[in-house]
Amino acid sequence: MSFFAQLDLSVIGPSLPFIWTGLLFTVKLTLIAMTGGIILGTLLALARLSPIAPLAMAATWYVNLMRSIPLLMVILWFFLIIPLLTGKPMGAENSAIITFTLFEAAYYSEIMRAGIQSVPRGQVMAGQAIGMTYWQTMGHVVLPQAFRNMLPILLTQTIILFQDTSLVYAIGAKDLLKAAEIAGKNYNRPIEMYIFVAFVYFVICFALSRLVKHLQSRIAIIR
Amino acid sequence: MNYHWNWGIFFEQVKAGEETYLDWLITGFGWTVAVALSAWVIALLCGGIIGTLRTTPHRGLAFFATCWVELFRNVPLLVQMLLWFFVVPELLPRDLSLWVKQDMPAKEFVTAVLCLGLFTSARIAEQVRAGVQSLPNGQRMAGLAIGFTLPQTYRYVILPMAFRIIIPPLTSEFMNVFKNSSVAFAIGVLELTFQARQMQEDSEQGIEAYLAVTVLYFICAFIANRGMAFIEKRSRVPGFIATAK
Repeated sequence: MSFFAQLDLSVIGPSLPFIWTGLLFTVKLTLIAMTGGIILGTLLALARLSPIAPLAMAATWYVNLMRSIPLLMVILWFFLIIPLLTGKPMGAENSAIITFTLFEAAYYSEIMRAGIQSVPRGQVMAGQAIGMTYWQTMGHVVLPQAFRNMLPILLTQTIILFQDTSLVYAIGAKDLLKAAEIAGKNYNRPIEMYIFVAFVYFVICFALSRLVKHLQSRIAIIR
Repeated sequence: MNYHWNWGIFFEQVKAGEETYLDWLITGFGWTVAVALSAWVIALLCGGIIGTLRTTPHRGLAFFATCWVELFRNVPLLVQMLLWFFVVPELLPRDLSLWVKQDMPAKEFVTAVLCLGLFTSARIAEQVRAGVQSLPNGQRMAGLAIGFTLPQTYRYVILPMAFRIIIPPLTSEFMNVFKNSSVAFAIGVLELTFQARQMQEDSEQGIEAYLAVTVLYFICAFIANRGMAFIEKRSRVPGFIATAK
């Protein structure tokens, strides 16, 4: 019991405002990467399923490339290469936002591809038969259904994304984890802060995953 | 892009030492493979047991297994890594705690393997559970009906089928173990990502360093993928699981 007796949880209170700013960045990063990733991912999925061979091949390559490298390496890659390409230094925060959007797009695109393929072929033909263009068929018929079918999986991927944002630690962006670590150093109480930050992650992710489960039972399309 | 390429950098000596940068990368590759494979053994063992427990009729055991999965799944791997490294040694009894902190050989490696292994075990447990639940209930009943005990039914009837069914998701988990082992850099394991960063800082030839490391990760993923495909092919039950393309 000595360990728990030694814990000084009183340091958490005064550092909350600081940790809060870290959490805000984590949430901001998650939301931007989710929105951008789903839009880009949907386009990638459409490209992979398109009859234009070079387009399909390029999209396939991009997705497979992103999915076979550790996220940590991707983060380091972008942090190194964006300043080289643009010629000016870029902050860790902005670099993280670009990286996660492009990286998550690959994962979201796999989900959207499965979603698009889960829509019966007859629906596409019906769209074409009444004279809709490709984009109209996709926009009004296929994608809404694909999106609805895949919503629980898209959200589960977002929970994973939320956890993965902690890896911006490697380039020093100040997210939830980094903020807690800095607070831990300031008060010389790193142990308490690590436990606290794990607790925060757990509560958020657990609650979100319950929510997704609940949604899953509500949202299924009745055919 | 204004970048000075130098592909010969790998054969140049590091700033402080006799080694070349290539030596660093080889060391990194070795640690990455060692961490990933050791963690995979732990993950398969624990994941198999925990996944099985989640499907047993025993309420208490199933609850324990559910807690295990939720705990390891809902905290980021990096945070778990830091917890195992900085917090868990404090939880141990005094003498053991001192030994772990001061004398334990390859402390970073052991911690990383344990952490990554248990993290992955939760994900494997979910696959095992899905595999067991996908089997028709008649298999379990048939096992019990011919007089097997519940553990025997699992050992001889359910698990051999379940593990074959889940080989495809296990393949991607196996590839994930290699990718996730990169997180071990945070506690100072000298694996590939660590070496990539170290080489970038030391030589300032970041692109060459990252490219080499990326290729090595590719090789790991490719071998893992082919290896699992081989196992999948060899372990197929003829005429049972639909494999026709």
